[in-house]
Amino acid sequence: MFKLTRRQALAAFSAIAPVASWSPQVEAATPRDALVIAKAIDDTITLDPGECYELTGIEICTNLYDRILRYEADDLNKMVGGVAESWQVGSDGKTYTFKIRAGQKFMSGNPVTAEDCAWSLQRVVIMNKTSGFLLTQFGWNKDNVKDLVKATSPDTLVINVPAAFAPTLVLNMMTSIVASVVDMKTAMANQKDGDLGNAWLKTNSASSGAYRLVSWRPNESITLEANPNFRLGAPKLRRVIMRHVPEPGSQRLQLERGDIDVARGLTPDQLTPLAGSRDIRIESFPGVNNFYAIMNLKHGPFADVRVRRAVKMLVDYQAMANTFLKDRFFVHQTFLPIGFFGATPYNPFKLDVEGAKKLLTEAGYPNGFEVRLSANTNNPFPQIAQAIQQTMALGGIRVTIASGDARQVIGEIRGRTFQMAVISWAPDYFDPHTNADFFVQGEDMSDTPKARTGPWRAGWLIPELTAEMRQAAQELDGKKREQMYIDLQKKVTDDGPYVWMFQNNWVIAMRSNLQGYPKGLFEDQFFYRTISKA
Amino acid sequence: MQMRAWLLDPAPASRRQARLGGWYRAWLAFRRNTLGMIGLAIVLMLIGMAAFAPLIADPASALTQVLPNRLQPASWEHPFGTDELGRDILARVVFGARITLTIVVLVSVIVVPIGLMIGLPAGYFGGWIDAALMRVTDIFLAFPRLVLALAFAAALGPGIENAVIAIALTAWPPYARLARAETLTRRRSEFIQAAELQGASHVRIIATQIVPLCLPSVIIRLTLDMAGIILTAAGLGFLGLGAQPPSPEWGAMVSTGREVLLDQWWVATIPGLAIFITSLGFNLLGDGLRDVSSGRG
Amino acid sequence: MARRVVAPLRRLGGLLFSVALTFLGLTCVTFAIGRFMPIDPVIAIVGDKASQETYDRVYRELGLNQPVVVQYGNYLGKIAQGDFGNSVMTARPVVEDLVRVFPATIELAFLALVIGVVLGIPFGVIAATNRGRWPDQIVRFLSLVGYSMPVFWLGLVGLLLFYAKLGWVQGPGRLDVVYDDIVTPVTGMLTVDSLLAGEHEVFANALGHLVLPASILGFLSLAYIARMTRSFMLAQLEQEYILAALAKGLSPWRIIWVHALGNVWVQLVTVIALTFGSLLEGAVLTETVFAWPGLGLYMKNSLFAADLNAVLGGTLLIGSIYIVLNMLSDLVYTMVDPRAREPN
Repeated sequence: MFKLTRRQALAAFSAIAPVASWSPQVEAATPRDALVIAKAIDDTITLDPGECYELTGIEICTNLYDRILRYEADDLNKMVGGVAESWQVGSDGKTYTFKIRAGQKFMSGNPVTAEDCAWSLQRVVIMNKTSGFLLTQFGWNKDNVKDLVKATSPDTLVINVPAAFAPTLVLNMMTSIVASVVDMKTAMANQKDGDLGNAWLKTNSASSGAYRLVSWRPNESITLEANPNFRLGAPKLRRVIMRHVPEPGSQRLQLERGDIDVARGLTPDQLTPLAGSRDIRIESFPGVNNFYAIMNLKHGPFADVRVRRAVKMLVDYQAMANTFLKDRFFVHQTFLPIGFFGATPYNPFKLDVEGAKKLLTEAGYPNGFEVRLSANTNNPFPQIAQAIQQTMALGGIRVTIASGDARQVIGEIRGRTFQMAVISWAPDYFDPHTNADFFVQGEDMSDTPKARTGPWRAGWLIPELTAEMRQAAQELDGKKREQMYIDLQKKVTDDGPYVWMFQNNWVIAMRSNLQGYPKGLFEDQFFYRTISKA
Repeated sequence: MQMRAWLLDPAPASRRQARLGGWYRAWLAFRRNTLGMIGLAIVLMLIGMAAFAPLIADPASALTQVLPNRLQPASWEHPFGTDELGRDILARVVFGARITLTIVVLVSVIVVPIGLMIGLPAGYFGGWIDAALMRVTDIFLAFPRLVLALAFAAALGPGIENAVIAIALTAWPPYARLARAETLTRRRSEFIQAAELQGASHVRIIATQIVPLCLPSVIIRLTLDMAGIILTAAGLGFLGLGAQPPSPEWGAMVSTGREVLLDQWWVATIPGLAIFITSLGFNLLGDGLRDVSSGRG
Repeated sequence: MARRVVAPLRRLGGLLFSVALTFLGLTCVTFAIGRFMPIDPVIAIVGDKASQETYDRVYRELGLNQPVVVQYGNYLGKIAQGDFGNSVMTARPVVEDLVRVFPATIELAFLALVIGVVLGIPFGVIAATNRGRWPDQIVRFLSLVGYSMPVFWLGLVGLLLFYAKLGWVQGPGRLDVVYDDIVTPVTGMLTVDSLLAGEHEVFANALGHLVLPASILGFLSLAYIARMTRSFMLAQLEQEYILAALAKGLSPWRIIWVHALGNVWVQLVTVIALTFGSLLEGAVLTETVFAWPGLGLYMKNSLFAADLNAVLGGTLLIGSIYIVLNMLSDLVYTMVDPRAREPN
């Protein structure tokens, strides 16, 4: 394993702070050739791109592994070739042929071939871990995937998609985490009990991307080292260290003292005092996460659409966005975030106590009702929950908050035992279907559905809307497809079980000598290779 | 003065007079213990604060959010400033005293009977009953209390009732041991043998003869433990396993205040001080009581 | 003569049996806790978005479809073979995790203990020799303050003051980024390893990170040690030999610090051992506040993540330390003071 040699470290160190060890008051500084990022990394449970589905893990994997297709840092809105340099869609709209770029090498020295690509895709389907559903929805399974995903020559990958999907959707999937290309030979050399290298890849990398994994210390740090032979050129900084600093207060302090270069996850309370600092720059750009509340229709009152609308009128969206969510969130009330194909700025609801009371009276709840609101304990969920509690009380709805670990809240929602919950959603890939499929698929309310989608969780039976959602996924005409999504969103916002509240902004505070921080929309686009130090 | 003479009468005429006299003498001894008196004052203040909370602070301002008013420093209107949702911290601390007292009382009410129920039979009957009961006690003692309370609280889910149960489940073993030890020393006393000869049942002997003898040491132990209970409860609250928002539990208040510690230090510091002063009060009181009971100064 | 050999052996046998029983109880309680957690361990692994098929498979893989008793039996069987399973949270064997995190806690608790002993014993002695006067009152008040301190709050205030405002100490964590990976772990305790490797800057930095949390925990142990020392010494100072020595004209200083203190050391060792145990407990909150990657934080994180193998492994480790410490102190006690042997 690589270790920064003592001489290198000392050289880096002595250049910056020769007397630091004798006088602890001297400001520390990060090494000149390293990027130190502080954020919470405790969601990381694996770094195998074939199963990884946690946000930190996806971000790390996007920097470790190259993918078949990509959105690159220089134009985050344009799909380009990754490992593949060109692609073709067959006339049937079901066969896709990718031509693999010549001369690429994994860090082991092995060449990157179409066989590696095919194996990497097959692996996701065969292991069928958390992310497996992204590819199995194509109609692939562990029995047929070796026939449907094939390398026909060392530089030609051919995939066949039995399910009816618009080509943009299929191609977008090839830019997502499941299309990460793994070094088959290295992985298989470390295979244990037929696990396709899964156990080994959790804590090691076998990649051809911009970086390789040096170490992952759970709940401490993740360290990457640059790949000098990366196909787009060597990354500007040789090392990237992501440190686990869950506390926003600590992040801010360490940033001010120069212990870290980038603080992710500062709240307005930390950002405001930093704004005037000469050493620190704050960059803000839109993200694509939705924050919303979900109502369970099994909890009596919510079955009535008027009650659901009343609840949506009993949330003071703007007050939250102006205060404790300032800069980090803006009001957005549909299931597609701004920045996505098909997104629309449709925000029909605002705090309207009288209107809500009227609807509640019509629905037969003039004196309101009681409801338990589940929320996890991470900022800003407790604050959002308490703000909702207060405004719902104005309409007579008495809210008790049940807070718990995020996994506990998810468990309640998945188990359909919740009444109402505040939660967030991050899209899986850069196509509207990723959100539509989850939020508008509601035709099977049995106890054993194929997927525990949003409508299933909420008990919202919508076969017609589901059919419309499926048609949108297949629509080849871009204009038509966009309109279909806009219509869907309006219906879901008006009648659905979701109280859409906010979309996030990424607010990143960094040392002012940092340059070229890419404005990625979501974790798949959080590239490190363009970042440099002045 | 007559009252005093009656209480201090060296030859009391009734059992009641003797008992009250004993209490009075203990009180006189305790009164000379300055630290103990400070402790008593703090505890009485806490109880007063909890009982008269609505008179001291406006209940609405403890719970009502005023978002434009968040994180204000101390002022006439808000002597301790406001928190991250614009609520008055003074009012929250005052109403938080109720939660703290509730936890302490509930835990005591659960712990003492459990401890007695396990310790008394163990000491009284001896033999395999003793061995079995003490083995169970040892298992619970083989755990750091906070870790165990954390585990129970996590298993039961967050909430005040569950925090109480979790703390009680971890706090009873010392009482069982204490009760057992006290029983062991009295087991062979003449009056107990006399009671046995009179044909009293075991349960009756335990309940009427042994329990009253154990109670003073149990109560002193309890007072000394209160601080520990408060600290454990606050620790659970700090880790998000105690009272649920928006209730003003002190540990949870410290936890939310840590995010703004640098610029708005009061949000975390004031409730932390409240925890500290309260547990110090109980410790001083318990310490003084122990001195009086053991006749040391 | 034979009785003198057999009795201790029988005692040892009984002891081992009761330790084994305690262990079994420990696993049983922890296992039950783990099973009743409101967090679904499958969700902890597969997350929110996995398909039902994946969820069901992992559910079976974890053995959750079997009766709880069978699960418990399987777990015990594996432990007997030394297999504590893998942690979900870290994707590594639990044993490997414990080997990594435990030294960090030892390092912290040890320095805290040193602070507690070096200051606590003299404080206790001074209090005892000045019984009832102001030094006694001060020490007593200080210990009560220590008992009453919410450690997480003291940690926050300490960080605010000594790290943020004054800059006297280093912040949360064990080491600055620049010093990461310079020293190869030998003991896992960074201060020791850096000294062994002759890396003085690393040592200085590690110490800078260590000193605040250790002082805070040290304050708590000081409270306990000072108080116990005081009561042991009070008992000694009433003994006749002290009065006799005084009558003989020995210097009071010598009598107190050599003779009297010399006679209570066994009791003090017991107290110190117990303090070490309570420091492990205090570590949960301290490590949380200081982001100190030790056993306490590991336990807390795995509890919150419903990472059952990790919780069980950590519990068994802490439990065995507690059992050993309790046993040690019992043993030392009975060895020295036969009166302490219980009548049963």
